[in-house]
Amino acid sequence: MLSEKHLRTQQLMREFTQKYVAPIAAEIDENHRFPEETVKALAAHGMMGIPYNTYGGAGADTLAYILAVEELSKACASTGVILSAHTSLGIYPIIAYGSDAIKDKYLPDMMSGKKLGAFGLTEPNAGTDAAGQKTVAVLKEGYYELTGSKIFITNAIYADVYVVFAMTAPELGMKGISAFVIEKGWEGFSFGKKEKKLGICASSTTELIFDHVKVPLENRLGKEGEGFKIAMATLDGGRIGIAAQALGIAKGAFTEAVEYTKKRKQFKQSISNFQNTQFVLADMALQIEAAQLLVYQAARAKDTQKNFSKEAAMAKLHASETAMKVTTQAVQLLGGYGYIKDYPLERMMRDAKITEIYEGTSEVQRMVIASSVLR
Amino acid sequence: MKIIVLVKQVPNTTQIKVDPVKGTLIRDGVESIINPDDRASVESALRIKDQIPGTHVRVITMGPKQAVGMLKELYGMGVDDCVLVNDPIFAGADTWATSLTLSKAISLYEFDLIIAGRQAIDGDTAQVGPQVAEFLNVPQVTYVARVEDVNESNITVVKSYEDMEEKIRVSFPCLITTLADQIKARLGNFKLVWNSDEKSIPILTATDLKAEPHEVGLRGSLTQVKKTFVKSVSQKGQMIKDDLDLAAKTIADIIHQNNHA
Repeated sequence: MLSEKHLRTQQLMREFTQKYVAPIAAEIDENHRFPEETVKALAAHGMMGIPYNTYGGAGADTLAYILAVEELSKACASTGVILSAHTSLGIYPIIAYGSDAIKDKYLPDMMSGKKLGAFGLTEPNAGTDAAGQKTVAVLKEGYYELTGSKIFITNAIYADVYVVFAMTAPELGMKGISAFVIEKGWEGFSFGKKEKKLGICASSTTELIFDHVKVPLENRLGKEGEGFKIAMATLDGGRIGIAAQALGIAKGAFTEAVEYTKKRKQFKQSISNFQNTQFVLADMALQIEAAQLLVYQAARAKDTQKNFSKEAAMAKLHASETAMKVTTQAVQLLGGYGYIKDYPLERMMRDAKITEIYEGTSEVQRMVIASSVLR
Repeated sequence: MKIIVLVKQVPNTTQIKVDPVKGTLIRDGVESIINPDDRASVESALRIKDQIPGTHVRVITMGPKQAVGMLKELYGMGVDDCVLVNDPIFAGADTWATSLTLSKAISLYEFDLIIAGRQAIDGDTAQVGPQVAEFLNVPQVTYVARVEDVNESNITVVKSYEDMEEKIRVSFPCLITTLADQIKARLGNFKLVWNSDEKSIPILTATDLKAEPHEVGLRGSLTQVKKTFVKSVSQKGQMIKDDLDLAAKTIADIIHQNNHA
C-alpha cells in the first residue's frame, strides 16, 4: 500500500522518534514543557513543511506527512499535534489563500522551521458555532484594526505566525468573517491564559489577545468575507492530521499492551494466554487496522480529490474513537501498572481524549458525514 | 574542498548465527547495513561540509549491485555523489586487491581528503584504509575520534588510543580512518530521503578503472581464506573458599607471583 518513498520516510520518522521524541515524552508531559528542542530537531531534519513542494517544503505528499504525524504520536501525542498544527493549520491557509507577497514573506521561514505556525478560530463563545465570532477587524486608512480574543490556541506563545479569523462585517454572520496573518510581537498582540489540560500537556494551549492590533491590508488571506470558507477548508486538512495523531496514539498503546501481556505472568503463565486478553487485543488490532485504512484513504483523497470533507471526517471520527477505546482497554490490560506513570499508558489515555474534541468534535464529524450522504 | 568517503555494506553481524555443524556464518536472511565505522566517516565528511560551504562529498563503495540501496540512504544524509565500483572480476578480493581497486577508483577524481572507517565489522582487518593511503602515496591518520579543525590546507584530528589521545595536524591530500563509537551519525533529511531514488549512481567497472584481471579480485589477492571456524575460548577459574581476609591475601599473593613470573 505504501510506496518505497513512503516506507523510507516512515523509517526516518521512526528513527527520529526513537532518538528525539520517545526519550523525553514522559518528562515533558510531567512538567507541561513545550519541547522547543524537538521543534529545532524537526526543522534540522527538513520535517516542517513535508507535504508542500514550494517555498522550501520537502515536496512529499499528504500521506507522507500523515505517516510522520503518526510516528511522532506513537511516542508523544503532544509532539504530533505541534507538527500537525504548524503544517495543516499554520502553513496551509497561507499557501492556499495568501497573495504571492504574503507567501514570499512567511512561507520560507515556516517551511524551514525557523518560524512556527498557529491558527486562531475558537473563541470563548464561538466553538463549533464558529460564525459567532466576536473578534472584529475594522478597516481603517491602509490597515485593519483587529480587536478581540481567541482561546485554546495550539502552539501559541511558541508560534511566530498566526492565522487569525475576525469579523469584517458582523452583520453578515459567517459570510462576514475574514482571515488574517498576524506576527508575534506586533503592538497590541499578547497572550492570555495558558490552559492546564488533561492531556497533550507538552503542547502549548493559550489565549491570544488582540487590542487594536494594526494589520496591514496585504496580510488578509483571500477576499473579505472568505474567512469561514478558508477556516473550513483548512480544518478539513487539519482533521487528517489529528486522525493520524489518534492513529499513532492507538498504535503506541497497542504495542505497549502486546509487550506487557506477553511478559506479565499470573497463575504461572503469560496473561496473553488468556482468552480475554486475546479477544481484547484482537478487537484493538481490528479497530486500528480499520482506522489506518480510513486515515490513509483520507490522506490520498486530499491529494487527488477536490472535496475530501467526508473522508477526513470519517478518518478523524473513527481514529479518535479508536484511540480512546484502545488506550482505555490497554490501561485495563495492564491493571494497576496501566494507571501509574511508570508506564506510558495513562498518558496515552489522557492524550487520546482530545482527538475526539479538537478540530471538530466527534459530533461535528458526524454532522459533516451526514451532510455529505444526504446531499 | 573535495572529500572522498570509502564505505562498505556489511551483514549486520549482531544478527548473524553460526552453523553449529559447519562452523560457518549463516548469512541468509541477514540484513545488510552500512558498516558502522564508515557511517562515522560519512558523518565526519558531512560535518566538514556543514562547516565549509561548497565542500563536495563523494562516496565510493565496492560491492554487489544491491549496495545501491545503501548509497541511496547516504544521499538521504546529504552526500553529493555516490559511485559504485562493481565488476564480476572484483569478486573474492582480499584487502590488498580491494585497496588497489579502490585507489584506482579514487584516482579518477580530485580530492583533498579521503575518509574511511577504521574497520568493517565482517572482517575486522582495519587494513583497507591504510593500504589505500599507501597506494595513493598520501599521509594517513587512523583511529580518528574527532576532527578538531579543518581549513583549506590541512586538518587537525584527535587519534584515539586505548589509554590516551594524540592531536595530529596533517596536510592535504591525506587519508583518515574514523571510529563509530566516537562519531555518531546523523539521521537523514526528509526531503533528501524522499527524493533519494531520483539520484543517479554511476557504476565503475574494471574497464573504467583500467584494472588488469591479474591485479584485482581473487586473482589479485595475496591472501586466501582457508577455513572459517569458531574459536573456542576457555579459561580456568580458581575458587578460593577462605574467609574474607585470608582470601584477599591469597588473591594478592597470586597477583604478585604472576606479575613477577
